[in-house]
Amino acid sequence: MNKLIVSPSPHIHTGVSTTSLMRDVVIALLPAVIVSVIFYGLGELLVLAVSVLSCILLEWAITKYMLKKPSTICDMSAVVTGLLLAMNLPYTTPWWVIVLGAVFAIGVAKMSFGGLGQNLFNPAIAGRVFLLVSFPTYMTTWKMPQGLFGADAISGATPLGAINEAVLQHQSISSIVSSYDYGSMLFAGIGGSAGEISAIALLAGFVYLLVRKVVKPWTTLSIWGTVALVSLLFWIGNPDRFTDPVFNLLTGGMILGACFMATDYVTSPMSAKGCVIYGIGIGFITLMIRYFGSYPEGMSFAILIMNATVPLLNRWFHQKKYGRA
Amino acid sequence: MSKQTFHIGGIHPADKKISRDCAIEALPIPPTVYISLSQHIGAPAKPIVAVGDKVKTGQPVAEPGGFVSAWIHSSVSGTVKSIGPRKDLSGKSVPSIEIAVEGDEWIEEVDLSDTLVTEFPEDNKAIMAKITSGGIVGLGGATFPTHVKLSPPPGQKCERLIINGCECEPYLTCNYRYLLERGEQVAVGVAILMQVLGVKDATIAIEDNKPEDIAHMKDVVAKLAAKSDKFRGIEIMPMMTKYPEGGEKQLIDAVMNRQVASGGLPISVGAVVQNVATAYAVYEAVQKNKPLVSNTLTYTGDCVATQHNYEVRVGTPLSFIIECAGGMPQDAAKVISGGPMMGRAVSNLDAATVKGTSGLLFLTAAQTKRAPATACIRCGSCADACPMGLEPFLLKRLALAGDLDGLEQNAMQDCISCGSCQYSCPASIPLLDIMTQGKAKVMGVMKARAAAAKAAAEAKAAATSAK
Ligand code: SF4
Ligand code: SF4
Repeated sequence: MNKLIVSPSPHIHTGVSTTSLMRDVVIALLPAVIVSVIFYGLGELLVLAVSVLSCILLEWAITKYMLKKPSTICDMSAVVTGLLLAMNLPYTTPWWVIVLGAVFAIGVAKMSFGGLGQNLFNPAIAGRVFLLVSFPTYMTTWKMPQGLFGADAISGATPLGAINEAVLQHQSISSIVSSYDYGSMLFAGIGGSAGEISAIALLAGFVYLLVRKVVKPWTTLSIWGTVALVSLLFWIGNPDRFTDPVFNLLTGGMILGACFMATDYVTSPMSAKGCVIYGIGIGFITLMIRYFGSYPEGMSFAILIMNATVPLLNRWFHQKKYGRA
Repeated sequence: MSKQTFHIGGIHPADKKISRDCAIEALPIPPTVYISLSQHIGAPAKPIVAVGDKVKTGQPVAEPGGFVSAWIHSSVSGTVKSIGPRKDLSGKSVPSIEIAVEGDEWIEEVDLSDTLVTEFPEDNKAIMAKITSGGIVGLGGATFPTHVKLSPPPGQKCERLIINGCECEPYLTCNYRYLLERGEQVAVGVAILMQVLGVKDATIAIEDNKPEDIAHMKDVVAKLAAKSDKFRGIEIMPMMTKYPEGGEKQLIDAVMNRQVASGGLPISVGAVVQNVATAYAVYEAVQKNKPLVSNTLTYTGDCVATQHNYEVRVGTPLSFIIECAGGMPQDAAKVISGGPMMGRAVSNLDAATVKGTSGLLFLTAAQTKRAPATACIRCGSCADACPMGLEPFLLKRLALAGDLDGLEQNAMQDCISCGSCQYSCPASIPLLDIMTQGKAKVMGVMKARAAAAKAAAEAKAAATSAK
């Protein structure tokens, strides 16, 4: 008789692992990645490659040489961070700026807190905000897409950038808003980063995550609901000054942020109630920055600010317990 | 089909009822049985036979060692060889009686025929006496002495008897077979329990992955109810297939929409829960004078060539069962007594079955492999899975930090050890291992505090009466 394995119950496991969850997120991002490469061309592919590779390498190097712990790159969370960071950058970003962003995301926001699970802030967003503050020129000059099949490049502003400019010049925004066609915003066609290119591709990925039960919808719905409601009130109040709900929902990484960044397990609340409050906070802060701030879009800042409230939300809101009404 | 279920947490492991079509078959009697004196919750039984005594099948060999304890009977006829410690399935020494088998001669009063007896006496005292002397214990896992559960504390009244036929543990199919093959007997057992408890309503809860049981029992109960009023109040309730549907607290929530307060007993919300196999044992004891000397276990696993549902005599060595079934399955790396969620891993195959042994499950190394634990990613799956609404990720942190107050505040003591959290954790953190330790510590603190409070109250009472 060979030795029997003896261990406490339970003796079986779902089979879902951190790696399989992260793999699902990567799969969910693929449609948007593909659309953006087709739309922006090889430059976008380069941004993606540099970002993902530097995130993986950095995490590997930090665990091996600084922490001297077993490598964690197999969990694929660095791939997700790399992809999300890249999708938040213009396809024209120089490679060294991307590497710096990865250093901040992985080195500072993730590993210095103790690695996956310990970080307070979403690494990709932290990396992006770091770049936005440090290198505003690279981060805000957009060229109109050239495409994989090479049309002429035209310099332009993102919709939110144009609006922000107009507001600062005290001009009416209605002519700018009406120059955008919401239909093309939904599919692909407005200026911006990979993460803003195609709402449909992003939404398809999000639906995949919902179906696979990788994420729950509360945070996302709460963000969108808040943005829609609050911007509706402002817009009704003064359509010449404030953008309408549809515009706000379709621009400035609203979809990428709400579906893929705000729903990050580690940096979002555990309870459904906490998620709703967290989402309301993100939606509201985003709009306030868009309407009154000096940055054209506020999603990243809003998520980062609300990340900081998560420990508190987790302390306030708990699961409903059995027999303790 | 309506789908009742409990309201908090729960998981959906594959149900793996691969042995469902195997009829219950009697396993041959082994040459020697080893009858544990500690096979129920409560005080161990005290032997009333001596080495060298001749015993018959069904003859009592040990008496209850306290109020919460149970009679134990010889499951075979033969000679008592030894009385002393013997290693149980995890290698722990428990007092046992070894009996060498000679033939199979039963005590006289037992009715061994197959005839269904549906009439039962009005006299509850006589029925209770038979349940007590029959050594009946809960066969749903806890092996709590049944007669104790049937005697609610004064002032508390049972409103509904719930019969647990969920069998929510994957792989196990004994209850399924009981309902299908011995449904009438189970129904009579239920009616007897209703009369003893003085309740008009009983619910037999069956998960909807067993539609055959649901249809069959509806039919059985309808036929019996047509003949006698005693079967009128029995309803069959299809339940959603979800683990742990058959957990006592979860089942009460699912059936009655009431939750037992933390630390409370089911009777406090008017419920008594009994298992299908227990109802069958009650039938046998009351209607056939047959004490609990055998039980049914599922012999199963994906690596097992032929699945079985065996009726075995209490005290049969596991190695004997494996031999009868054709030897150890080739790829088996873990043998589990019970189901895969809450069963216990066997380290000693010479150990013998007890009344509550519900299955022998063989898992391959791949099926039961524990991946190395990685960092908690705060995904919340464990909290979503917990049927008690606990937050295992938080309890784990508190337990590792040794924060006993924090554990108590976050209801560590409510954990029912169902394993749903650990099953769900993508980081493969051994959450239940940690919960078990945390709970033991918190319970220790709470007991010590209760004892101190009691002592203080007594001292105060003594002081006042002395004045
Ligand atoms: S084992 Fe305890 S903590 Fe884990 S899910 Fe079950 S009741 Fe909850
Ligand atoms: S399931 Fe595991 S990884 Fe997820 S929150 Fe619970 S302990 Fe952490």
